Amino acid sequence: MTMKKTLTMVSAAVLSVAVASAASAESLTVVSWGGAYTKSQVEAYHKPWTAKTGTNVVSEDYNGGIAEIKAQVEAGNVTWDVVDVELSDAIRACDEGLAEEIDPAMLPAAPDGTPALEDFIDGAVTDCAVGSIVWSTIYAYDSSKMSNGPKTIADFFDVDAFPGKRGMRKSPKANLEMALAADGVAPGDIYDVLSTPAGVDRAFAKLDTIKDDVVWWEAGAQPPQLLADGEVAMTTAYNGRIFNAVASEDKPFEIVWDAQIYDLDLWIIPKGAKNKQLALDFVAFSTDTQRLADQASWISYGPTRKSSSSLVGSFHNKPDLAMGPQMPTAPANFKTAIQNNFEWWADNQDEMNERFNAWLAN
Amino acid sequence: MSDNRLLAADGTPLKRKLAQSLFRTKLRTFGLVCPLLALILSAFVIPIVFMLSASVYDDRYASLMPKSTIVMSEWDGTSPVTEEMAAAMVADLVVAKKEKTIGRVANRVNREFSGATSLFKSTARAAKKFEPPYLEALEQKDKKWQNIEMWQAIKVASKTYTLGYVANAVDMRVNSTGGFEAQDELRQIHVTLFIRTIEISFIVTVACLLLGYPVAYLMANLPNRTANLLLILVLMPFWTSLLVRTTAWIAMLQSQGVMNDLFVVFGLATDDDRFSLIYNKTGTLIAMTHIMLPFMIMPLFSVMKTISPAYVRAAKSMGATNWTAFWRVYFPQSIPGIGAGSLLVFILAIGYYITPALVGGQDGQMISNIIDFHMRRSLNWNLAAALGLVLLVFVLFFFWIYDRVVGIDNMKLG
Repeated sequence: MTMKKTLTMVSAAVLSVAVASAASAESLTVVSWGGAYTKSQVEAYHKPWTAKTGTNVVSEDYNGGIAEIKAQVEAGNVTWDVVDVELSDAIRACDEGLAEEIDPAMLPAAPDGTPALEDFIDGAVTDCAVGSIVWSTIYAYDSSKMSNGPKTIADFFDVDAFPGKRGMRKSPKANLEMALAADGVAPGDIYDVLSTPAGVDRAFAKLDTIKDDVVWWEAGAQPPQLLADGEVAMTTAYNGRIFNAVASEDKPFEIVWDAQIYDLDLWIIPKGAKNKQLALDFVAFSTDTQRLADQASWISYGPTRKSSSSLVGSFHNKPDLAMGPQMPTAPANFKTAIQNNFEWWADNQDEMNERFNAWLAN
Repeated sequence: MSDNRLLAADGTPLKRKLAQSLFRTKLRTFGLVCPLLALILSAFVIPIVFMLSASVYDDRYASLMPKSTIVMSEWDGTSPVTEEMAAAMVADLVVAKKEKTIGRVANRVNREFSGATSLFKSTARAAKKFEPPYLEALEQKDKKWQNIEMWQAIKVASKTYTLGYVANAVDMRVNSTGGFEAQDELRQIHVTLFIRTIEISFIVTVACLLLGYPVAYLMANLPNRTANLLLILVLMPFWTSLLVRTTAWIAMLQSQGVMNDLFVVFGLATDDDRFSLIYNKTGTLIAMTHIMLPFMIMPLFSVMKTISPAYVRAAKSMGATNWTAFWRVYFPQSIPGIGAGSLLVFILAIGYYITPALVGGQDGQMISNIIDFHMRRSLNWNLAAALGLVLLVFVLFFFWIYDRVVGIDNMKLG
């Protein structure tokens, strides 16, 4: 091989590397919870945004929490541009200086001209985050295996009347609230009761009654799988995952909405994200009225903008399956709903996590 | 005198020449291991030292609340809260609010006192408008400021060098006067988990030894061709991804899985009452034993391979039974392999994490799963580091015991 030839090849190789890195610099990395939920975002947000801006979106999955964001920010190598997080994590990321601030003025107004800040429901726009969905933790069962299924949250804790294993998220969140609701505490009083030591004891005592029958899950995709495999008779789950198993895979699952714990998911931009401007543009685009309504046709999570509600139609490939009644916020489902109190959790999560872990291990 | 000295060809004394040449050899050897040394230092020793230092070093409060830290260090932790403490607190809160560091301060104190997060954040929002006397202003803002335990928690949080995390790692806590006390009983978890970790590791090691010894013996005594086939069978799972093997066990052991189906077919279980073989300690033990087995077989095999069959033949020729020949002659010679295999399996098992996480359920979790929890979920990296420190001490302790009982020189990895 001649010297010249070698040089040409080397420079070609260098060039291709340079081109590749230039190309990757023009894509946006959006991180979310995977499965049916990520698919709804790809269809409703990513594809239209790519069509509009010509920038590719790379979609990554994670299991929640802000540890990865913390690791990236502290290492000074932030590879995620936009991340979908729970409200309590959004607040925490902002507190810990792990998220970029987002100026709400850049969010588009509703079609009728209502300013964005008035159009979003309470708590959906914070210093560092913009909300996209209302989701909830519910419990579900397989109606083909239980003809006379459970109706209330108390039934979930009643293993005598409804025998079989229970699936629950391996975290005190939502479980403590559901335990108290099952023990007869009114939805509005849950966090007042939990704020007393006796109330926490009461919640754990209720969990104790089914402890031996619980299979613990961690990722949102697990509970529908546990139900389908017959590993559990009923399981707590994110409502959209169960809806998806019913609508897309024709599973005979039934949701019990009593004492649902609803919460928000929001976009945050990790501090020092490489494509901050693109990320801001993506956040503004994906939380406009039409996009939020579009997303609701892929999965049963409610839009965070009031103006989106009237635009919510039917399931994307089943015109006769109206999405409205499937939402956590539908009046029939919402009667005994409990809003996740992120402030209570911010104050108590260290202690509750430790106590929950200790309770689990013993 | 000088005539007796041996000289090299160039006239220098032979002794010095030898020393020079030895030094050069040493230098060359050192040059060869230098890259490895640098790698170990930069990728292993230094990160571990950094991580471990986090278990006793936490300057979050001290660096963000400097005035308060100085005043708090002068407080004895029991006498009434002074105006000076309150004034320093308010001054720092105003700055922390402006610099947007209040969330980090609040979360730090919240580790010592639940409820501090909202207290600090809401107080910081109002702090700019406070007028002296500041103590009264604070107590008016929120009556939690009247609680001396709150201030004691702040004193604990303000220490840059603290044994608090190490204490937490063994279910103790540091109080405001610097003494140790037992952690709230309902929050005690780590000692239980350390004991369970050691118990599981021990059972896995014994199980691996019982299962692995005959296999290694067979491999060492079969003709080469058959032995190689066996070796491949032992190594095959070793080359398969850990995750694949663990999930395969899930498919095998779950209540609707292969094993339970077989039990039902053979009438050992009924369809409604299947065995719980997974998502508990049993699952962890089965899956970990399988995964660790090659680490036991390989050192055993390599040691047994070197044991000459002549010894056993000699023993038998002098009238020993098969058992005596094995137990008195063969077995003692295989002890270095047992030692190496057991130590390897035990130390790997003690830090095991992914398998218990996937198949452990609630009572099959080990200490590393809690470390993972604090790294990824609670973000309490200091406590994770402290737990790692305790685990490291355990490993070194067992290493020391092993050295005393068996002797590290007796270990053979092949």
